[in-house]
Amino acid sequence: MTAPILSILRLSAVSELGNAEPILRNVSLDLAPSETLGLVGESGAGKSTVAKALLGVLPRTITITQGEILFEGRDLRTLPRRETRAIFGDAITLVPQDPMTALNPSRRIEAQLTDGLRLRRGMNAREAHKRALELLAEVHIRDSERVLRAYPHQLSGGMRQRVLIAAAFALEPKIIVADEPTTALDVTVQKQILRLMRQMQEAHGTAVIFVTHDLGVVAQICDRVTLLFAGAVIESGATTDILSAPRHAYTRALIAAGPRYDRPDAGLKPVPEALVAELRLEVEGVGR
Amino acid sequence: MAETLFVASGVEVAYGGKRRLNGERAGGVKVLYGVDLRIGRGETVGIVGESGSGKTTLGRAVMRLIDIDAGSIVFDGQDISRLPESQMRPLRRRMQMIFQDPMTSLNPRHTVRRILVEPLLFHRVAHDSAEAENRVRGFFDRVALPLACLDRTPHELSGGQRQRVGIARAALLEPDFVLADEIVSGLDVSTQAQALNLLKTLTRDLGLAMAFISHDLSVIRAVCDRVYVMKAGLVVEEGRCEDVFAAPKSLYTRLLIDAIPLPEIDPGWLDRDLAPEID
Repeated sequence: MTAPILSILRLSAVSELGNAEPILRNVSLDLAPSETLGLVGESGAGKSTVAKALLGVLPRTITITQGEILFEGRDLRTLPRRETRAIFGDAITLVPQDPMTALNPSRRIEAQLTDGLRLRRGMNAREAHKRALELLAEVHIRDSERVLRAYPHQLSGGMRQRVLIAAAFALEPKIIVADEPTTALDVTVQKQILRLMRQMQEAHGTAVIFVTHDLGVVAQICDRVTLLFAGAVIESGATTDILSAPRHAYTRALIAAGPRYDRPDAGLKPVPEALVAELRLEVEGVGR
Repeated sequence: MAETLFVASGVEVAYGGKRRLNGERAGGVKVLYGVDLRIGRGETVGIVGESGSGKTTLGRAVMRLIDIDAGSIVFDGQDISRLPESQMRPLRRRMQMIFQDPMTSLNPRHTVRRILVEPLLFHRVAHDSAEAENRVRGFFDRVALPLACLDRTPHELSGGQRQRVGIARAALLEPDFVLADEIVSGLDVSTQAQALNLLKTLTRDLGLAMAFISHDLSVIRAVCDRVYVMKAGLVVEEGRCEDVFAAPKSLYTRLLIDAIPLPEIDPGWLDRDLAPEID
């Protein structure tokens, strides 16, 4: 593997709400340039916390207690604010989950798509407009002048997600964090968006951290997978290995829990409670 | 084929516009263009479609939660298409609903006990609260809820438990028919599997008929006997699940099935084309 562009080393975090429950326990992962890493887990596994830490938007109630987040060798936890400004939302950007709420309903698409170009790249209105048209063409929006003038509610969900992908790539980031970007979409639209993500990523050489709970999506788009449970890494590896020869019982259980249209007799096997209890004990050991 | 419980024929629904004195609608947006639906006693029927296909509207129409503009709905031999609410009331116990989001369909200020006991008293399934509570307690085992949940409010439960309270509320009234609208879409796969298995057992044991609305064909395949595929206010395909999934007759059904990513490595999947009219 080439030198990773991002390394998370033994990252632990606690929530200060309530009982200071650990929400990340010694999480380590590597991301190579231009690869796609799936960050997978059930709700509460900590995948969104990792995503937020990478974007510098952890809520105040979450405190990182130990570990490093090395982006191109520099620890994002200790870098001064003037240096992280060029990283959070710039070298590392987000494709959000819900295209309904991620766009400001009272601003035109053009304003939202060109904010970064103007504020961070110093483009004037005309340059930014031109770049916005190019970006929309890249995400296969034909009617781009009209879309730039539109408000978010005038676009379909799939169109809005395309706009958000264009916005994420606008600043030519090194890493994109895609936080469940297709969960809110219909399956046919999901497939188009996944394909678009893949095309854009190949064209720009961007590395992607793809946060999802859907192992089907992982199989089709991720090179490698890191599976989380209760804030701890359960299994990490190439997607092919994890899906066809999972080493961990929890990975096998998750695969068996999803319904399969092609094999109606397989699937629908809930993760056994005994396994969950055993995992909790195991994971609490990891947290110490 | 099982004895028919529900038949909807030529159902049309429009939203918006104005209603003329003769009951016709002027203007508005049509969302159902003449839909036929048949549900047998004890049968589980899936209604699948993408957003805007009219699946939720169809569910609400057969439950008489919204009025229909044309067509008819017959429940257990009785035409209910235009029954006034006072005459619908006695039928309401027999047709229950399970909602998508239990957080918004369970009163946050009521305990689980109250949420489950009140409908039993309202519909006179139980004569007093002691009898109602006995029924509720007797049912808890079947829906895998610990009795300690009785005194909790919805926000104190896990997502899976909340959904099971919603299922219990509907099933306790011993209805003939249950409408389940996207009830597992917000859940983790394991919790989803639990909820679906529970529904399968309950419909079998209680002889319940169910209309199961979902955008997810894999889920439909797992729980339904038959399926209706909807697109833009019309049923484009109908049939037994094993037939429809093995050999879909409609191009649209084929597309929906092919767009589901399976948890298996399939190198060509992402580049395999959807038909141009969908793209």
